[in-house]
Amino acid sequence: MRTSRWQIPALLALILFLIAFPYLFTQPFLQRTMILIIMWSVLGLAWNFLGGYAGQVSFGHAIFFGLGAYTSTYLFTEYGISPWLGMIAGAVVAVIVSAIIGWPSFRLAGHYFAIATIAAGEIFAIIFRNWKTVGGAVGIYIPIVRGDKLIDFQFHDSKIGYYYIILAMLGLAALTTYALERNRIGYYLKAIREDPDAARSLGINVTLYKMYAMALSAAFTAIVGTFYAQFVLYISPNTVFALNISIQMALVAILGGTGTLAGPIIGAAVLIPMAEYTRVYLGGRAGGLHLVVYGLLIMIISVYQPGGLMAIYKQWRQKETARKMQQVTDAAAAGKEG
Amino acid sequence: MALLELKGVTKQFGGLMANYDVTLSVEEGEIVGLIGPNGAGKTTLFNCITGYYKPTSGVVRFQGREITGWSPDRVCKTGIARTFQIVRVLKEMTVLENVMVGAFLRHPQAKDARRKALEILEFTGLAPRQDQLARNLTIANKKRLELARALATEPRLLFLDEAMAGLNPSETNDAVTMVRKLSEQQITIVLVEHVMKVIMPLAHRVVVLDSGQLIADDTPERIATNERVIEAYLGEKYRAASRSH
Repeated sequence: MRTSRWQIPALLALILFLIAFPYLFTQPFLQRTMILIIMWSVLGLAWNFLGGYAGQVSFGHAIFFGLGAYTSTYLFTEYGISPWLGMIAGAVVAVIVSAIIGWPSFRLAGHYFAIATIAAGEIFAIIFRNWKTVGGAVGIYIPIVRGDKLIDFQFHDSKIGYYYIILAMLGLAALTTYALERNRIGYYLKAIREDPDAARSLGINVTLYKMYAMALSAAFTAIVGTFYAQFVLYISPNTVFALNISIQMALVAILGGTGTLAGPIIGAAVLIPMAEYTRVYLGGRAGGLHLVVYGLLIMIISVYQPGGLMAIYKQWRQKETARKMQQVTDAAAAGKEG
Repeated sequence: MALLELKGVTKQFGGLMANYDVTLSVEEGEIVGLIGPNGAGKTTLFNCITGYYKPTSGVVRFQGREITGWSPDRVCKTGIARTFQIVRVLKEMTVLENVMVGAFLRHPQAKDARRKALEILEFTGLAPRQDQLARNLTIANKKRLELARALATEPRLLFLDEAMAGLNPSETNDAVTMVRKLSEQQITIVLVEHVMKVIMPLAHRVVVLDSGQLIADDTPERIATNERVIEAYLGEKYRAASRSH
């Protein structure tokens, strides 16, 4: 897509707005919602590496989220290792596990890969529910460290510290996506998504590149897993290894538009406030209603616009360009006549 | 030394012998036509050479090196490219992006791959369409794009699986000119084709498959009068036609 004149100023304005946000909006609920929107944007972008660019739809990404959360939390509670180091360790663990899952399951095509990832996700949930060393089904509470220092990865007086950490993660994920789109790996992943057999004929080791995409995807997901653990200060198999997380990651990317940079961010910006508000306003009376809304959304997107919100935007731009071209030719024709 | 050598290549699918004991060689710089009736095993043979199938038995050598059972991507890296009988363009990518994917094999940097791709688009006449999505091309241009993409991997040997099927006479002419130009650039070509009028003047040598077996391997002139080939494939009409010339 070509950049139009207003795109760069608009992007700069958005970045400034995001940086200024915690000072413009000081209510805790708004700040918390914004942190969640950004967190889910990063998760959507992470899912997008594999599900969007490489076209391998996964419903098991909670595995990497959970591994990130558990690795840093376990290292901190047992050995006092900084969550920042734990975050890196969690990413490494997630990458290794992604290779172990990916290598056999990438032999499966299409829907069978998606099914295999659901199964793998459930296996991890069951293992962690029964693994006493890491708290079993009860999970782990993270001891509170006062002082709100960046090095501790905990903030109690205000949420602003968390806000800027997750915003930095969004920046990193967005830049990685931007670089990927312009790099050989990005082209190869798209080729694999479009036609794996054609990709092979062009010298692409399909399984290897899918594994690269999954490793990248797993690493980012695990990093956000650590963030989540530090943000909530409590993790359990039912919260971090939940199928819900896997589905919401996919949904954020699919709603916004897979295989694009802006898609997952737009998806999160639409879906997360909706989920939060329905939870707050209807939670007491109609628990789980936001899940019904998700179901409807999936149906609507898959029937009417598999390309997501980004595709609607692109179509609008194409029409707009065509309309302007028409105006120019009309004007030229009128000029000739006159 | 032959560029490509097949020795006793056999491919069995359950009870079906798709290829049986095929032995042939392709010399550097040749244009070889591969013909035969539907179901003779032409595409299967392509697939056995380019790594999509693993031969049940037999040996495939390229530049003297055994490549039997190599994966398609490894075969491509060693210098063999192919197109598909049913076009497989990368639909949601632009023409330029399609060719860049091929060019990345020898040019890992995006700007180098882009330069190479543009060069090939110029050569194949697709340059004016470089920003179009591949799915919006006509069938003739899709075939041309597949060829361009294969060329971008800089092959020494190129397999064209019915590159001219479904093209109108003028498009076919363009395709024939293209094959000749490639041959002049030292690219060895093996093409499967049904249109005899195309194969006969173009190929230096014609190989005929029937029921998975190689039944003839000769110059186009001698193939046209070969009794076995006429019986199996060309048909009585062809004999009559070639007599009247």
